[in-house]
This record gives sequence, structure tokens and C-alpha cells, in this order.
Amino acid sequence: MSDPANTSGPNYAQITRDSAFAALIAFGLFVLMLGFKADQSLNNQLVLVFRPELLAATVALVFVGRFLIGYWHATRREKTAKKSKAASPFMLKAEKYGLPLAIGFLVAYPIFILATVGPSGAIKWIDNFGIQILIYIMLGWGLNIVVGLAGLLDLGYVAFYAVGAYSYALFATSEPIKDFMAQLIGEGFWQAWAFWICLPVAGILAAFWGIMLGFPVLRLRGDYLAIVTLAFGEIIRLVLINWVAFSNGYAGISSIPRPSFFGIPFNATDEGFAARFGLEFSPIYRTIFLFYVILALALITAAVSMRLRRLPVGRAWEALREDEIACRSLGINTVNTKLTAFAIGAMFGGFAGAFFASRQGFISPESFVFLESAQILAIVVLGGMGSLLGVVIASILLVGGVEILRELDFLKAVFGDNFDPAQYRMLIFGACMVLMMLWKPRGLISVREPSVFLKEKKAVSADLVKEGHG
Amino acid sequence: MEVFTQQLINGVTLGAVYGLIAIGYTMVFGIIGMVNFAHGDVFMISAFVALIVFLAVTTLAGLSGGVVFLALLLALIVSMVITSLYSWTIERVAYRKLRGSFRLAPLISAIGMSILLMNFVQVAQGARNKPIPPVMRDTITLFERNGFAVAISYKQIMIIVVTAILLGIFWYVVQKTPLGRAQRACEQDPKMAALLGIPVDRTISITFIMGAALAAVAGTMFLTYYGVVVFSDGFTPGVKAFTAAVLGGIGSLPGAVLGGLLIGLIETFWSAYFSIDYKDVAAFSILAIVLIFMPQGLLGKPEVEKV
Repeated sequence: MSDPANTSGPNYAQITRDSAFAALIAFGLFVLMLGFKADQSLNNQLVLVFRPELLAATVALVFVGRFLIGYWHATRREKTAKKSKAASPFMLKAEKYGLPLAIGFLVAYPIFILATVGPSGAIKWIDNFGIQILIYIMLGWGLNIVVGLAGLLDLGYVAFYAVGAYSYALFATSEPIKDFMAQLIGEGFWQAWAFWICLPVAGILAAFWGIMLGFPVLRLRGDYLAIVTLAFGEIIRLVLINWVAFSNGYAGISSIPRPSFFGIPFNATDEGFAARFGLEFSPIYRTIFLFYVILALALITAAVSMRLRRLPVGRAWEALREDEIACRSLGINTVNTKLTAFAIGAMFGGFAGAFFASRQGFISPESFVFLESAQILAIVVLGGMGSLLGVVIASILLVGGVEILRELDFLKAVFGDNFDPAQYRMLIFGACMVLMMLWKPRGLISVREPSVFLKEKKAVSADLVKEGHG
Repeated sequence: MEVFTQQLINGVTLGAVYGLIAIGYTMVFGIIGMVNFAHGDVFMISAFVALIVFLAVTTLAGLSGGVVFLALLLALIVSMVITSLYSWTIERVAYRKLRGSFRLAPLISAIGMSILLMNFVQVAQGARNKPIPPVMRDTITLFERNGFAVAISYKQIMIIVVTAILLGIFWYVVQKTPLGRAQRACEQDPKMAALLGIPVDRTISITFIMGAALAAVAGTMFLTYYGVVVFSDGFTPGVKAFTAAVLGGIGSLPGAVLGGLLIGLIETFWSAYFSIDYKDVAAFSILAIVLIFMPQGLLGKPEVEKV
């Protein structure tokens, strides 16, 4: 055992040393931040609470964790050395057959849930999981056009989501517009169809904002572009907070009309959905309908971005992503190319925002913080830039995983009644972002069908291209 | 005139804090070309560490004048050490492996780290505001006219003096020592520096440590000046400090300080003369305008685009 290079088993002394070092660092990091807590006393003064057990447990956990990682690395080293860099055909197949499978599953999802959990428990599963995840899938697909295809790093995507949500909310609750529409098309008709009339308007307004915000940043790229778009996102949120006359500030806009089933409202009256179709009234119908609306919107986004990839503008986006200078020297109008990417991406963000407003019935600037942008960008990047299936997987993992944490009540039995797993969800979310980047910096699905090929299609590994992939 | 002088003093104090944080951004960007998004949260952690040390000392020894001074000094030193450890760990765990990876990866990792740190503090220390008892409340009245007294507080003097001294030390380290030379070499060409025997990894680690130590100074000052800290305090000062770094010219150290002072002044004057509600909008707008019209900043070198 004297020469570690010649031994086949893991070098335990070295791993233990590393683990002890990691534990020492962890002690340094956590001795004040976890070992003590600055807590309010009864007369509202801060007092320190000493928590040695928590500190000891954390340091021990770091030691054990580091030991396991070291052990795993030592045993896995030989295997990973042989792994080839080329793309596996499996990934190509996953992209090809995975998408129809995923769509099939999504269409059947509410029925499946209804059949297994029954109508009372189904709302939670369809609403919190299904609709919530689908909103992020749609946002991810929309942002994918900007980031994944055109390579324009946008950290302020939530601004367009907010524009969409506020346009719908303001149009649908405004009295003058209601009076105008009542004269134009009749009050009952406007009430029944408000969502369907406002949805395209919200999309168009968001696209308009996409162009407005895209225009000044045409010259920027990379991190600078990311920071400016972040600034725009924050400016829009701050204006929504402070311009109370326009947006009602922090209080937000409430009683936003819910969407109707193409003119038939979801209520308990004789004119309502349930009565018209001879069903017993239940809020579940609205939830299921909302699920299919967002599913349809998301699928439209996916279809449009798939078709656009094959059009000249889509090829121009991908060329732009790979090399802007080459792109310009080949005569591609980069201004128009970038602006169309911003506008189309923003438009889908606007649709999703309008849907969000009508689903919640209430919106406030709290829903459009930077964290949302980061989350959507994380979904696109973790999924693998440009990959539609990747966005689906990443949304299910990130959004669904975080929602699942709320359900883990059995952990209370282990950690005591004060333990609330939901409070750790953003902590775990952040850790996941870092770990995923370390593990797969190119994202989960880093292989994609090339859109142009000679003789036969070959999978292109992301390791072979500069930006994005394919 | 009186209001103007008073706002000038307040603005310079605030600007000193932003400048100290901005140095961390500008150094890291200069040396590895990434926006260290978690730097604002490192600043927030430093304020929390200072808070805990301050509380520990004052609960043990009371709140008399000498003890407060000692507590602040101790808080500053401990905060610098622990925050450096945080920054070192973050670089080692979340960024080092991604160096040379495709350009989005370190940024996403940094955003993840930022979310992680913010929520770690929220879980570990609670979500409520943490106020400390007011310290160093005395002020010196500079002059008085029309019933408006222009005053500078001991806190403000301390912030400005400590910032000036630290910047001096820092400038000396970067310009005159072998360490600073290694840093500048890594900034110009890490591969060539490595070939010439400069330990690149260690130099980058030290850069992160230096940035964090200065952020810890800013964090302690922030805590003493405002007397309150909360887990979400990292984001807005972080973005403003980044704005300062960009305004001064990213990669330039005097630029970061100049940018910090400018942002601090703009923010205070905007709040005083226009609208306090829109002061963050003003800062963000400046960021956008500077990046759009003057991406190289005030003192930065223009970036040459190579094919």
C-alpha cells in the first residue's frame, strides 16, 4: 500500500484526509452562521442562541459526504476514463421518440389523475403539478427561442411574462374598456370572451416590449447582455410596484376574470359549464380546462419553434448563436434576426403571463421577481440549450421536485413537528443548479438532430460545437 | 447648498460601500471573465457574520463606548476571515471545474450559488430583519445655515477612513507585490502565466479571497451604518455594485472605486431631489445606459473583437 498509484483499491488514508479537511472548512463556514442564531427576544432585541448539535451534525454530514464522494471517485476513475466523447445514438432516439411520448402522457394526465385520486384530490395534482409545470415548460420553450436558438442570454424574461399578465389583468378589469366593448360587441359577450380576446393582445404587447427592450441591446452579447436584460426586468417590476395609479402597486390586481369554456363560464348557474353539459357542478372542470388551455399554448410554442428552426429566420438565429461576425459577413441582417428572436420569445412569455393572470385571478409584482427569470433560464440551460425535450425534463425535475417537497409530511416524523420541508425548497433549488452545472454543464440533453445534413443524419455532440449545440 | 453638502457626505459614504463590493466583481471579471453573481450574497453573509460577532461581544461585555468599538473591530476582522473562507469555498466548489467550459455554465452556477446562499441564510438565521442597537450615534456639525445643520456622523467618518486605508493597502498589494504581479499576469494570459510558473489556480483563489475580504469590510460598514440586515440584502447592493464596476470600466480597480462613488452619489441625489421610490430604477437605468452606450466604462480599455 506504500505506492498509491499501483494499488487497485481506493486510497483510504487520502480520502480520510480530504474529508477531514472538508469538515474543517465546513466548521469554519458554519461555526457562526449555523452554530449561532440571532433571534428576536420578547422585547424585540436580538439575542444569540447557541446551537452546537446543529453545527456538529452539519460538519459530520460534510465529512461523510466528502468521504463518499472521494470513495466514489476512486472506484469510478477507471470506468470514466474509457467513456467516449461522441454522442450516443440513444440520445438521438430519445429526442425523436421522447417528445410524442411526453405529449401523449400530458394529454392523458388529468384523466389518469382523476381515475386514480378521485375528483377531490385531483385538483391539487392537476393544478399544483400539472398546470404549474406546464407554465414553466411554456416559458422555457419561449425563452429557448431567445437563448437556445438565437444565443441571446436573457436574464429578464420575466418582464414579458409580467407584461402579458398585467395587460390581461388591466384590460379585463378596466371599466372604460368594458364600457367600450359593451357598446361594440355587447356586455355579456365581452364578459364571456374577455380572456380569448385579450390573450392575443397580451402576446402582441409583450412582443412589442420585446422589440423595445431588444433594440437598445443589439450591440451587447454574453454576460453584458444578461446583466442589461436583468436590469430591464427589475426596472419593469419596480415601476409596477411604484406606479400605483397604473398597476395598484404592491396590492396588485385582484378579481381578474377567469377564462370561460369558449363563452360558457365555469360557475354553478344554469348557464354554467356543468349545467349546460348535464354534469354536477365541481371546480375540477375549470382546473382540467385550464390544464388543456396551457397544454395547447405550450404545444403551440413548441410547434412554432420547431417550424421556425427550419425556416430561414431559424437558421439565421442558429448561425448568429454560433458566430455573429461570420453571420454578418454572410449578409444576414443581424438586427432583424435578433429582434425577431426577442419579439417571438417575448410573445410566448406574454401568452403565458395572460394565462397565469387568469388562472390565479390575482397578480402582484411579487410574482415577477428576478428569481423567476433565473428559474426559467435554469430550466432552459439545465435541459440543454435548444432542446425541447430537455426543457420538459428540467421543468418536471425543478418545478415538480420543488412542489413535491411540500408533500413530504413524513419527514416531520423524523425531524420533529417544526420541520417544514417547503422552507428548504429554494435552498435545494439553488444547490441543484450548481450541481447540475458541475455534472453536465451542457445540460441534460446535449445532443440534437442537426437541421442541415449531408446524405445522412448524424447526432452532433455538444462537445463539438462552441455555443448551444447542433 | 446645505442640503447639497449633506447629500454629498451621505452619497460618498454609500459610494464607499458600493466601491468596496465593486472591486470584488471587477477583479473576478478581470481574471476569469465571469460575472460572480454570488458576490452580492457573499457581502450579505459578511454582514451577518459581523452581526453575530457584534452580538456575541456586546452580550458578554455590555454596550459601553469602548466595548462597542472593540466589538466592531473584532466583527470586522472575523467577518473578513469567514467571508474569505466562503468565497474560497464557492470558487473551489462551484466555479473552478467550470473554468473553460462554455460561457453560460459559470454564470448559471453563480446564480445557483446566489440563490443557495440567500436561502441558506434565510433558513439558518430566519427571514426577519435583524436590527442591532444603534451605535456611534454622535455627529459633528460642520456648519449651520438657515436652521439646517450639515452634520457628519462618526460612522460616516469611520466608513470613509477605513475604506480609504484599505484601498491604499489593496492598491499596494496589486501594484507592488509579487502576488499582484501574478494576478495581473493571469489576467492578461492565464496559459502563458502558467507556463512561466505562476500558480494560476492559487492566484485565482487569492483573487476571490481578496474580493471577499473587501466585501466583508463593506458588509460590516453596511451593518453599522443602517443598523439592520436581512437575508435578501445581497441582491440589490450586489447589482448596484456591479453597475459601479461596469460604470468605472470592468477590470479596472480605480474604475470600480470611481464607479462606486458615482453610483452612491447618483442614488442619494436622486432620492433627495427627485423620488425616493425610483432610486433603484435610476441605478438600473444607469447600468443599462452605460452598457449600451459605453460598454468599456469610464476607465476601462475598449474590448477588441477578434475573429
